Amino acid sequence: MKYINLDHISSNPLLPEVKQAMIEAIQHDYHNPSSQHRAGEEAAAALERAREQVAKLINADAPKEIVFTSGGTEADNHAIKGVAMANADRGKHVITTNIEHNAVIRSLRRLKSDGFTVTSLSVDEQGRVRPQDVADAITPETILVSIMHSNNETGTLQPVEEIAAVARAKKILFHTDAVDSVGIMPFDVKKIGADLVSFASNSFYGPTGVGGLYIRRGVKVFPILDGGVQENNKRAGTENLIGIIGMGQAAEIAARDIDRRHAYLKGLKDLFLRELPNHLDEVIINTHPVHSLPHLVSASIRYIEGESVMLMLDDEGIGVSTRSACATGSLRASHVLLSIGLSHADAQGTLVIAFGIDNTESDVTRFLKSLKQVVTTLREISPLYNKAAGRG
Amino acid sequence: MMYNKVVMDHFRNPRNVGTIEDANGVGEVGNPLCGDMMTIYLKIKDERIDDIKFQTFGCGSAIAVSSMLTEIAKGKSLEEAKKITNKDVAEALEGLPKNKLHCSNLGADALQMAIKDYEDRKAGIQRPELKRKDEHEHSHGDTCYCPYCDVEIEEGVTFCEACQHDLKEEH
Repeated sequence: MKYINLDHISSNPLLPEVKQAMIEAIQHDYHNPSSQHRAGEEAAAALERAREQVAKLINADAPKEIVFTSGGTEADNHAIKGVAMANADRGKHVITTNIEHNAVIRSLRRLKSDGFTVTSLSVDEQGRVRPQDVADAITPETILVSIMHSNNETGTLQPVEEIAAVARAKKILFHTDAVDSVGIMPFDVKKIGADLVSFASNSFYGPTGVGGLYIRRGVKVFPILDGGVQENNKRAGTENLIGIIGMGQAAEIAARDIDRRHAYLKGLKDLFLRELPNHLDEVIINTHPVHSLPHLVSASIRYIEGESVMLMLDDEGIGVSTRSACATGSLRASHVLLSIGLSHADAQGTLVIAFGIDNTESDVTRFLKSLKQVVTTLREISPLYNKAAGRG
Repeated sequence: MMYNKVVMDHFRNPRNVGTIEDANGVGEVGNPLCGDMMTIYLKIKDERIDDIKFQTFGCGSAIAVSSMLTEIAKGKSLEEAKKITNKDVAEALEGLPKNKLHCSNLGADALQMAIKDYEDRKAGIQRPELKRKDEHEHSHGDTCYCPYCDVEIEEGVTFCEACQHDLKEEH
């Protein structure tokens, strides 16, 4: 029986063209792109070609605005710490939300020990920040607003264009963590008006361990890795050329296919959401009905716990991700789910279902069938299900 | 896989799931706040565990622990059953992941509470935590209980102070 991967938020399989490009890159024996001789120049040309491919995907003005990183986490660290270090003379206040990825939350926590203050905005029950709250939080000390494009647990999109406009009007830099959006839905840095954008290759069917940070021309950001002058003096260290070539190839295909990819993924998600009520009762959908990633659904299945669901689905040959406290190392409920108003008990039953281009409609149908079976089994074991609503 | 074969077997095929209508000892531990909730039902005859059933809201190890506990306890005399510890259950399962030892290994506690409940009932003692509901058949009578933590609540409240759960109109 085919294993169905419905966990395309943690990573994605490599596209065949990406594999091919990386294998060719390995066989080519590229030299160090910083070397001055012919072999180095050849490597530098491959590096710059990938930079152009990535720049095109997000509609950057110039390839130079792309800095390759080791992934989304480094890009977030770079944006936040790099902006803070370079602009501390202008002020020491940053605005963010309480649903950001830990790469943002913990980078900001680090800044606090350097005398920065951070305003962390709450989101509404639908998981969105109000742009007016951003405007209200601005002080003369504010140098940066960092608000994610899409949330990796709920899939909900933030009104980033409006937030960027609020920041721009006050000459404050705007960073957005778009790790889960870039390459999955149309994404235009200029349309959004972002100064800094983090993204990751494995979100769009490229290799893990490589990502990038878009830094709009003219924005002052210090490197967080000190050393050589690679990446236009913004990120020291010899580039991960094979990974970057893979990412470039994935970016080119994403740019070419983006509308079709978006529509296909949304088709699978819509089918799932339409059919779900015919299979299960008492499910809370945490994903915004309109403003959300095309491929992601966060569903809290009440009265049962997510790790149990995940394990049983795995037995059925289906891979999903859960946000249950039990399944995380910390054994704490997700800060994102609590922020959108879920109770601890409901957060426990939360699955993150992320469809991919390798899924089909029959995968969705098989998943729904298995999910119903697994949830029924677990609810029979649960002391909460029959008790609630007087079923017992 | 984070769990061993014995744990996975008990998780996949849990033994003694359910409730006992005429249970004469019921014990409950945990709270949805920490992720696990376990109810143990006992039918005690001649000071011996004649039947035992469980219901659990929790992760893979919580379900496996409950199942293993019921297997260990079934048929034991009360004196023997009183000696069963959480550690015994974890050992019978041939080990649990370290981070799960505290949060989900509560089966023996639930059993001990159920035995205590039996003994209290026999002695005619009303339990000190009387406001906690111990007899499930009364749960939807005149009194309202939080469906999540079973603490008695006033009718019509929309929020349980004890477990911080939003209740809406459920009870």
